[in-house]
Amino acid sequence: MAEIEFDDVTKRYPDGFEAVKHISLDITDGELMVLVGPSGCGKSTALRMVAGLEDITGGELKIGGTVVNDRAPKDRDIAMVFQNYALYPHMTVRENMGFALKLAKVPQADIDKKVGDAAKILDLEQHLDRKPANLSGGQRQRVAMGRAIVRDPSVFLMDEPLSNLDAKLRVQMRTEISRIQQRLETTMIYVTHDQTEAMTLGDRIAVMRAGMLQQVGTPAELYGRPRNLFVAGFVGSPSMNFLPGELENDVVRLPIGDVPVTGELRQRLDAGGAKGRRAVIAGLRPEQFEDAALVGDKRAHGITFRTRIDVLESMGAEYYAYFTVESERVSSRELEELAQDTGAADLPSAGDGSQVVARLDAASRARQGEEAELWFDGAKLSLFDPESGQSLLAESPGADSVGSSPGGERPGEVEATEAEPAAEAPDAEA
Amino acid sequence: MSLRARQLSGWSSAFVLIVVLSLVPVAWIVMLSLKTPATATDGSFIPHQWTLSNYSDIFKQGIFTNALRNSIGIGLISTALAVALASAAAYAIARLEFPGKQVILAVALAVVMFPQISLVGPLYNLWRQIGLYDTWPGLIIPYMTFALPLSIYVLSSFFREIPWELEQAAQVDGATPFQAFRKVIAPLAMPGIVTTFIIVFLICWNDFVFAISLTSTTNAETVPAAIAQFPGASQFTQPIGDIAAAAVVVTVPVMILVLFFQRRIVAGLTAGAVKG
Repeated sequence: MAEIEFDDVTKRYPDGFEAVKHISLDITDGELMVLVGPSGCGKSTALRMVAGLEDITGGELKIGGTVVNDRAPKDRDIAMVFQNYALYPHMTVRENMGFALKLAKVPQADIDKKVGDAAKILDLEQHLDRKPANLSGGQRQRVAMGRAIVRDPSVFLMDEPLSNLDAKLRVQMRTEISRIQQRLETTMIYVTHDQTEAMTLGDRIAVMRAGMLQQVGTPAELYGRPRNLFVAGFVGSPSMNFLPGELENDVVRLPIGDVPVTGELRQRLDAGGAKGRRAVIAGLRPEQFEDAALVGDKRAHGITFRTRIDVLESMGAEYYAYFTVESERVSSRELEELAQDTGAADLPSAGDGSQVVARLDAASRARQGEEAELWFDGAKLSLFDPESGQSLLAESPGADSVGSSPGGERPGEVEATEAEPAAEAPDAEA
Repeated sequence: MSLRARQLSGWSSAFVLIVVLSLVPVAWIVMLSLKTPATATDGSFIPHQWTLSNYSDIFKQGIFTNALRNSIGIGLISTALAVALASAAAYAIARLEFPGKQVILAVALAVVMFPQISLVGPLYNLWRQIGLYDTWPGLIIPYMTFALPLSIYVLSSFFREIPWELEQAAQVDGATPFQAFRKVIAPLAMPGIVTTFIIVFLICWNDFVFAISLTSTTNAETVPAAIAQFPGASQFTQPIGDIAAAAVVVTVPVMILVLFFQRRIVAGLTAGAVKG
């Protein structure tokens, strides 16, 4: 059991490249912290610095209150699961799992007991005498987990442990890891490039980009209050839509209509210090849209507009409706980087205008290729500065307004989109 | 006859020709070793008088048994030292980035290129000065030196194929760097180490140039050198039968060894060339 503290930690390679830049991050005891970001963002390097496999160029790293910068991996009381598992091919599963204990000169009887216990948790009992080469991918992954568990370390480090598994197994193992972590109550750092994995697993998530921390928070915070365009675009599936807009006192002019700035949005905007008339990039979550015919009383809270639905995907419990909004395309370095990472940059653009995706209730009458009237809930709009990409909204509306906003904070839905369609239709919560 | 069959027969006859060309001298030596001294030079392939006396002769002579002992001893020690040193060097070359790495590899290669004969003269004088002439270390040192570059090359390509994560996993599991090497890396590189061992041992076993120049007595004479020194039964008889018998005795174990480890040796010589 231990807390981990990054204090201004930097990693600079001999050729001058900075993989990790001045990261400060506190991970509390027993917490599951996910480091997430596109490839090359420095998340694995950060993890390997905790493991002691990479030297720390600057700053201090503390595990359990002790500075460990110059400690060898074996003196840090950590266990790590590697992306390719790194099982010892010449040892049986039993020997693989007991290797660390054997090195630590634990009596053989204790080793057998601990390996047996771990094998029971991971359902590996009948495979203990096989070599890794004879195991399936999922079994190997569990052996790698088992090797970490038997150590009973103060910190677990996971370096994309599920990325070599096929999609279905990945979802299973994800819940398995979550269960094991809760059972052992051991601090865990989990590195992944998959935002779904991050949202579902993490107590807190640290989003990284180009070696820098972008935002650290609970899945709900990242989803509901992204601090910049990068986090906004990275978190959530389908991802946030971005439209160019103009902020003018009490109204945000968007290509789909004018959204009034009221209530909490107003307060957060004021606390963020944005004033007067200015260009903005507006972020619209897909579930903030709805078929106008199904909205009912709440209609007045948002704006309605007519558009032609280009593509309508049925997910069973809901529809994903894609439509094009006549506007200039928003351009931002952060969004381009995201598109590059996901490969979206290579897709042919859908002509002029911005492509928008909306989540509609399954009861919607919208048809592909036909015009439909859609409704947008303006209260949960995100606004960003087009120049810096930073959010124009303060994280909280101000000192006098206590209590968290339920708006937009629905990571549970994000989780569900991968495994199965969300059972609950997106609607505007009161 | 189809094209395929014609190709097949073409290749087979070429293959048979090569086998015959390389095996006839061996067979000739075997037959020679089974002839009596009187009929040794009669020119026929099949002995007219069969005998095993050549074999019993050479084992009665101290010169051969001593040489055999020297060959095995010097060969094993040189090989063990070369492989141990080369493992450490190859491991460092495969794993670490350090200044001068390319230089070390280039120098190692240059040592292989060096014609051994050009070193014999200087070594002869030097060894006599410092008392290494006609001793085991006097042969072990040059054998080891010339075997090292090849060993480093073969071993480093084997080490390079072992995923680095395994070593890091061992470190995280609590191993010191040496424990990680001994318990994880070395067992995985064992095929490479065995291969290198055999290749190096063959080089030492077959060497003639150093053996004939740097030894003079049964103290350190190895078999190839000793065979050249065999005395005849009388001043006027050539010890052809004895030489043939000795040649067979030292060749057959090597042939068995090579046949047995054939696949590994080929793997060692081509290791790293293609991703297996």
